[in-house]
Amino acid sequence: MDLNTITEVTRPKARGELAPWREGDAFLGGGTWLFSEPQPKLTRLIDLSMLGWQPLTVSADGLAIAATCTVAQLDALTPPVEWTAAPLIGQCCRAFLASFKIWNAATVGGNICMSLPAGPMISLTAALDGVATLWAPDGTERRVTIADFVKGPLSNALRDGELMRSIFLPTAALTARTAFRQISLAHHGRSGALVIGRLSVNGAFALTVTASTPRPVKLEFDTLPSLEILHARIEAAVADWYDDIHGLPAWRRHMTLHFAQEILAELGGAAR
Amino acid sequence: MTFNINGKAFAERPAAGQCLRTFLRALGHFGVKKGCDAGDCGACTVYLDGEPVHSCLVPAFRAEGREVTTIEGLASGNELHPMQQAFLDAQGFQCGFCTAGMIMTAASLNQAQRADLPRALKGNLCRCTGYRAIEDAITGKRDTEDGHAGCGVGHNVPAPAGPDVVTGKARFTLDVAVEGLRHIKLLRSPHAHARIRSIDKSEALQVPGVIAVLTHEDSPKTMFSTARHQDRATDADDTMVLDTVMRYIGQRVAAVIADTEAAAEEGCRRLKVGYDILPAVFDPEQAMQPGAPLLHGDKGPDSRIYNAKRNLIHAVHSEFGNVEAGFAQADAIHEGTYFVPRVQHAHLETLCAIAWLDAGGRLNVRSSTQVPFLTRQELAHVFDLAEDKVRVFCERVGGGFGAKQEMIVEDIAALAALKTGKPVKIEFTREEQFIAATTRHPMRVHVKIGAARDGTLTAMQVHVVSNTGAYGNHGGPVLEHACSESISVYRCPNKKVDGFAVYTNTVPAGAFRGYGLPQTSFAVESAIDEVARALGIDALDFRRRNVVKRGEPMIGAHVSPDDVIYGSYGLDQCLDLVDAAMRSDSAGVILPPEWLIGQGTALTMIDTVPPGGHYSDTYIWLEADGTYAMTIGTAEFGNGTTTVHRQIAATVLGATPPHIKLTQSDTDHGGHDTGAYGSTGTVIAGRATQKAAEALRDGLLDFAARHSGAARADCALSDGAVVCDGKSIPLADLRQAADVAGVVLSAHGTTNGTPRSVAFNVQGFRVAVNRVSGEIKILKSVQAADAGTVINPMQCRAQVEGGVAQALGAALFEEMVIDANGRVTNPTFRNYRIPAFADIPRTEVLFAETSDTLGPFGAKSMSESPYNPVAAALGNAIRDATGVRCYRLPFKPDRVHAALTAAAG
Repeated sequence: MDLNTITEVTRPKARGELAPWREGDAFLGGGTWLFSEPQPKLTRLIDLSMLGWQPLTVSADGLAIAATCTVAQLDALTPPVEWTAAPLIGQCCRAFLASFKIWNAATVGGNICMSLPAGPMISLTAALDGVATLWAPDGTERRVTIADFVKGPLSNALRDGELMRSIFLPTAALTARTAFRQISLAHHGRSGALVIGRLSVNGAFALTVTASTPRPVKLEFDTLPSLEILHARIEAAVADWYDDIHGLPAWRRHMTLHFAQEILAELGGAAR
Repeated sequence: MTFNINGKAFAERPAAGQCLRTFLRALGHFGVKKGCDAGDCGACTVYLDGEPVHSCLVPAFRAEGREVTTIEGLASGNELHPMQQAFLDAQGFQCGFCTAGMIMTAASLNQAQRADLPRALKGNLCRCTGYRAIEDAITGKRDTEDGHAGCGVGHNVPAPAGPDVVTGKARFTLDVAVEGLRHIKLLRSPHAHARIRSIDKSEALQVPGVIAVLTHEDSPKTMFSTARHQDRATDADDTMVLDTVMRYIGQRVAAVIADTEAAAEEGCRRLKVGYDILPAVFDPEQAMQPGAPLLHGDKGPDSRIYNAKRNLIHAVHSEFGNVEAGFAQADAIHEGTYFVPRVQHAHLETLCAIAWLDAGGRLNVRSSTQVPFLTRQELAHVFDLAEDKVRVFCERVGGGFGAKQEMIVEDIAALAALKTGKPVKIEFTREEQFIAATTRHPMRVHVKIGAARDGTLTAMQVHVVSNTGAYGNHGGPVLEHACSESISVYRCPNKKVDGFAVYTNTVPAGAFRGYGLPQTSFAVESAIDEVARALGIDALDFRRRNVVKRGEPMIGAHVSPDDVIYGSYGLDQCLDLVDAAMRSDSAGVILPPEWLIGQGTALTMIDTVPPGGHYSDTYIWLEADGTYAMTIGTAEFGNGTTTVHRQIAATVLGATPPHIKLTQSDTDHGGHDTGAYGSTGTVIAGRATQKAAEALRDGLLDFAARHSGAARADCALSDGAVVCDGKSIPLADLRQAADVAGVVLSAHGTTNGTPRSVAFNVQGFRVAVNRVSGEIKILKSVQAADAGTVINPMQCRAQVEGGVAQALGAALFEEMVIDANGRVTNPTFRNYRIPAFADIPRTEVLFAETSDTLGPFGAKSMSESPYNPVAAALGNAIRDATGVRCYRLPFKPDRVHAALTAAAG
């Protein structure tokens, strides 16, 4: 929709051209959220699309995803064969409520910075030990894990004027075996629970719970736990199951615990 | 830098924060529609360098230097794009508002996406079709046929507007460029109940571009109802154009008129309003109690409010026989409280209008309305104008479903035009549709039904509490309707009905497809199912034993009026058709053990015409070129009546349907039309067209006989000519001869809507319910419809499919949530899900073979009623599968899971 209070758009081509942050500014990634709701407090957009960031960089260390990489670009990645976790990319892209047309514009960084419980790029990058690089307005930068970056619905670690530059997924995570479970109240709807299990080459296990909780919950184990222990850890870690129109808390809890059980079984561990 | 749109360069510049959608429309590309303006519905889909995007989410400046393709540029030259042709062939649309975006998306799909339409089309919402016709289009099926001369009725004649719809040329309400158009934005109340103490508009008036601010001081003092009925006294006069009391969050406080929407919005933000907060009540049961805050306690008897001191807009009490005695005779009784929540029509074209004063000072309103004639009457009443000083009309309307049987934007548009003398536009946002338009009436229905061991009903009792919201529009008649056919379809000696329609400080409810029957039918048909189960009788057999038969009295809250007759009766056939269909493939599918399978059915009856008279006029004449032209009053909003009227006239006149030109829904055409509501577009307006065509035919033959000297009996019409004693006279020649002779070859037909008949629908579902997740898979859906003579089987089937789909949305997930302060918390499509392609199963549609004594060519109404039995049939299937009864809609997996968990103890 038209954002009628916007009076100015800047289109920096390099970090040095980023205008000093001021009240009423917003970074414009894909625009698929910014332009989907009234933004009466905004007066200026800082367009990130001209910064020319390489969307995806594959290296021996892992995958660097520019914050401005679109969902469509990420989905189209041809990963190295040894990245056994790569199917998670497509699974998480398909967990978007939005259609493939939105993928053409929506960005990975934008989805993470929205910090909604059901943000599937949060699920993906949190499960794969993603680390975000944040640029501060003073020219410095810092790194935060995605699991720590998201604080709650529409709340994250970004400070005023700070910008997400990229997300890095390490090879150790990308070469793990994964199991993915997701449910929503309607077909292809917004996730009510999205749970990812990851069994690393060294036998370590991680369970990442998103959508059913206000923020990502990541539980790590040296080896595959028993179902009892896994369930107990989930219950201990989640104080409040998320409650909104997309699922009652009791159902989200139930489905999360159920998916945890299925994931354990799939990854070859616990007795049923 | 320039913008390249459909191969043409434009030098215009967008505003800094403008989205591509409005920029494209400002440059005249009206095929780019606004359904949600938030990226959820896909109606604004265009290509950016060949890639499909939602143009409402694209910052316009990013299109600079790129190739933009809209629906207007999809075809090359005069050739339709194959996907446009496919949508024509399958008639993959009803109202057509989503169609441009749907075609743009469908045309962009690769092979893999075409193989997975549920996923590929998740970003395109259609509220009308239920997606079957869209699937037919994309998979290359042809459903239309070319009606040949004289054989209009009974054929799948395509919609006249089809070519314009698929090319984006069809003009919906705002698809016109108006010189000097000003824009209206409304400041809305942040309080559920408050009195305006003061409004300071000085800052707003200083905003550049703002030309006026209208407040209650500018408002006419005449009270009215936004609901429109043939008799305006049907609804209570409880509303003003701009009031001093706010009764729900979202009510209009003031209107700002400006040169741009941006300035009008800024003006709204600059208004300073002082409020005295009043106590509010949101629950209808509480609102009925003594001492509850009163919404309309200031109104007197002339408002026609049933009891303003108890927040009652209306109440119904009746008893036939003695229900206590009836329950004493029962061997099985089911008693339960059922709840249907607030749902929204979600027509894709939001409420909108353009109003202006013409050179003669006459008020013109171009509106998205189902009721142009009634809106003209009420505008004249409210603004104290002579009716001939007001014109209201619509061209193509982007969906209605009852929501546009209201005057919700026309009054403020008229006030703004009258006050400023400028042409003005108002267009609701999608959010405004949720917080400040109308909804279905939420109802709590307590039902108790008893039957004897032999399967005979002994007593039926319902207690209905309907929440009409802050204003009473439709509150009374919806309650009456809710308490009628859902009960009167059963023969039972003892019936008791108590109904209450109650004001609360929430967004007003209004007319919505089914008009109260979906709510009570959910309760009654669930209860019927339970009683049959308790007696060990098949639910369809139980219904067969107890439904009214032809000629039997129909008794609900009242004995059905004398003018409701059995013009035909197809309920027995509908029950048999669904029974047979459900038995035909009961082997079913193999599913994992956590899926529980069951099936359920429900029936509904509906009067074919609303009570109180329903009028329509058709004028038809022979044109100089030998074709026919006519004007009809009823509006087209996807119901397909334009097609049907052409078919009716073509059949009577022996003509080919495309040889009949037709314009519609304009008060300037003269006569009267009560409106396109109550499923009357075919049975009432169509009958007027039949009468007009018959009168014209008679006039043509009379004149042809005189002109040719042949005996009248030897004259007959054929396509484009009249054949007199074997000699063919082209109609153009006949017209010329008539002109010379001073004979006018035109005719008029009119109907008054009485007597009325009854129509029936029976729905069957087979479902699988996942006992772990609560998910529901619909394995089979079948609906039998008693539509009388089916004038256009393709379109009538599509009406049934669309009704089932809309009802499935309400049964499966639609629900407006209102918080403890009275605020709607989910006013967007991403939080108020309406069915997408993936959500809707294909429904097998079966027609009873009946012919009605009243409707044109024996036709009956079939627009609203397919909605009505759906929720109950689904609930009964879930009950059959799981053993658990779900008492409230929607049956979302989280709720079904909760019910299963509770039942498991």
